[in-house]
Amino acid sequence: MTTTVRPVRTYRRPLVLLGLAVAVVLAVALSLAIGAQWLRPAEVWQAVTDPDPASPATAIVRELRLPRTVLGVLVGLSLGAAGALMQGHTRNPLADPGLLGISAGASFAVVIGFQLGAGGLGGYIWFAFAGALLASVAVFGIASGRRGGPTPVTLALAGMAISALLASFTQSILLADDASLNVFRFWVVGSLSGRDATVAAQVAPFIAAGLLLALANAPALNALGLGEDIARALGQRVFLARATGVAAIVLLAGAATAAAGPIGFLGLIVPHVARSFVGPDHRWLVPCSALAGATLLLVADVLGRIVVSPGELQTGIVLAAVGAPFFVHLVRSRRGAVKL
Amino acid sequence: MTQLLSPPGRRAVHIGRYAGTVSPRAVLVGLAGLALTAVVAVYSIGHGSFTIAPGDVVDTLLGGGTPAQKLIVLDLRLPRILTALLVGAALAISGALTQTFARNPLASPDVLGVTHGASLGAVAVIVAGGGAAIGMVPLAALAGALVTATLVYVLAWRRGIDGFRLVLVGIGVGEVVTAGVSWFLVRAEIVDATRATIWLNGSVAGAEWDQVRPLSIGLAVLIPLAVATAFTLQAMQFDDDVARSLGVRLQAARLAVVLTAVALAAAAVAAAGPIEFVAFVVPQIALRLCGGSRPPLIVSAVLGALLVAVADLAARLALPERELPVGLVTAMVGAPYLLWLLIRTNRRVSA
Repeated sequence: MTTTVRPVRTYRRPLVLLGLAVAVVLAVALSLAIGAQWLRPAEVWQAVTDPDPASPATAIVRELRLPRTVLGVLVGLSLGAAGALMQGHTRNPLADPGLLGISAGASFAVVIGFQLGAGGLGGYIWFAFAGALLASVAVFGIASGRRGGPTPVTLALAGMAISALLASFTQSILLADDASLNVFRFWVVGSLSGRDATVAAQVAPFIAAGLLLALANAPALNALGLGEDIARALGQRVFLARATGVAAIVLLAGAATAAAGPIGFLGLIVPHVARSFVGPDHRWLVPCSALAGATLLLVADVLGRIVVSPGELQTGIVLAAVGAPFFVHLVRSRRGAVKL
Repeated sequence: MTQLLSPPGRRAVHIGRYAGTVSPRAVLVGLAGLALTAVVAVYSIGHGSFTIAPGDVVDTLLGGGTPAQKLIVLDLRLPRILTALLVGAALAISGALTQTFARNPLASPDVLGVTHGASLGAVAVIVAGGGAAIGMVPLAALAGALVTATLVYVLAWRRGIDGFRLVLVGIGVGEVVTAGVSWFLVRAEIVDATRATIWLNGSVAGAEWDQVRPLSIGLAVLIPLAVATAFTLQAMQFDDDVARSLGVRLQAARLAVVLTAVALAAAAVAAAGPIEFVAFVVPQIALRLCGGSRPPLIVSAVLGALLVAVADLAARLALPERELPVGLVTAMVGAPYLLWLLIRTNRRVSA
């Protein structure tokens, strides 16, 4: 494709970052106010700042919507940042955080968890996290081979192969066990509902560490984007940068998947959206992707509560139904033409 | 005397006024693959609740054999193995075409919308129609595949088709369609969800001549078409500008490649469900076995047929009473092999 990448004017990037931060705040407000019972902004404000144990609004906001919203922000931030890192490290615009084997590893471990009788969502979390960790270590190890770090292509291929292998084991178990399939089909769609405050508290430290690593890794990604030899000539320690990036992706995407199920699509589209605003510089792309991810996930979650009210549609389904057409529009418009 | 120069790894050949280059390694790999496929197919036909010796199988296939052997071999087991072979070959070529024109080893026919669309069509019929509609599933899958692929192509059109844009649009559309599949699965009765899951994993069990015939006619047309596009594929691996300056009419060439890839994948998926992993893994394995700059088409077809046939046989040997769907075993057999190739050839192949 003969694309001329327009230089992004420097004053624009801080404005985009600020705008995205405001968008996250607005999305949080919507998520607190909207649901089976709609609350007025004043009621939400009161419930957050000055809780009144007797008022039903306080109970709804603090018990139900606040944990869910916090979790949504955490998961959205993680998947957005992890997606940007993943596409940067594989230099492949089709890469999503699931590509390291994270979604497949987590899914497989969760199904193993069903078999061992791990009860409740709290039990699955650690299974999912361990599965994501093991799968991505395997992918990184195989792709690295004997010498040096992995190349983008071997990383992507090893990730696809391990994912497919694990998915086939998962499916074989599910085919033999209707009860597991019955639980799994709801987990695998990806949802924020039914997670209480402890879930957010459990994954928050991992996500915080992952976000710090991701921000630290961003400058090195700009050099790595020029190819490994040039990056090395520019003074980058390539293996260290790769390892940092992969550690960040595993922490972020692993924790997000453990908490909300595999919503890998978010990590795929959000970096493209962010790139169309701030250009390919990873120092801006990573934080903007994170914020855009949080916004998009919360909006999808809120929409899921509105469209089939008083029931709700799983966040993963809404995300695809809303995010994908937006993504297609972006790709078709001239803006989406900015390449990696 | 003019001497034809051979590029490295290829031998110049000329027959009459036509000349071209052939890679001896690819020919070797292809022939070895064919021989292995024949052995696996014969063994697979012979194996079952009523075992038939390989010699008798060949004899029956060539027209001999007792009436009982004829019934078992020709009517019961041959359609199944033929479906496996044809589906494998079709998906592998489709994958090789897609990966070459998208210039991306992660691209497979599902980025063209085929597998996702077929899944939505099939799952919708299974869930909405219940057990009665099971006969409609292949048609629904075919319709879903073609409608979705057309949608992807139309949405990606903007004064022409660009490979990169087509792939991204395909992913977006695929995601919506997949969400539709999930929605059906979540609201389905568990019986229907299980039935849909079996179909989604791809299976050649219960294949009959009624399915083999349209599939083989389709492939007889489409595989030569795919091979005919190989000349433009060679140029399309480069930049668009380079390809254009080499004399390729890009839009026409892309349309031909995409149409062929979509039709091959749609035919295969309608017959056996989405065994999508074949389309991804086989071209990469073929590329690593043959060398060269892009996945070879014919060798991919042979290896694809081999992989699905081996997977089907392995499923029946390992768990005779349960019949794992062939799509799952394909991943279990193919993925470790690709991983082994990746480790072995690490940092030597970069395509």
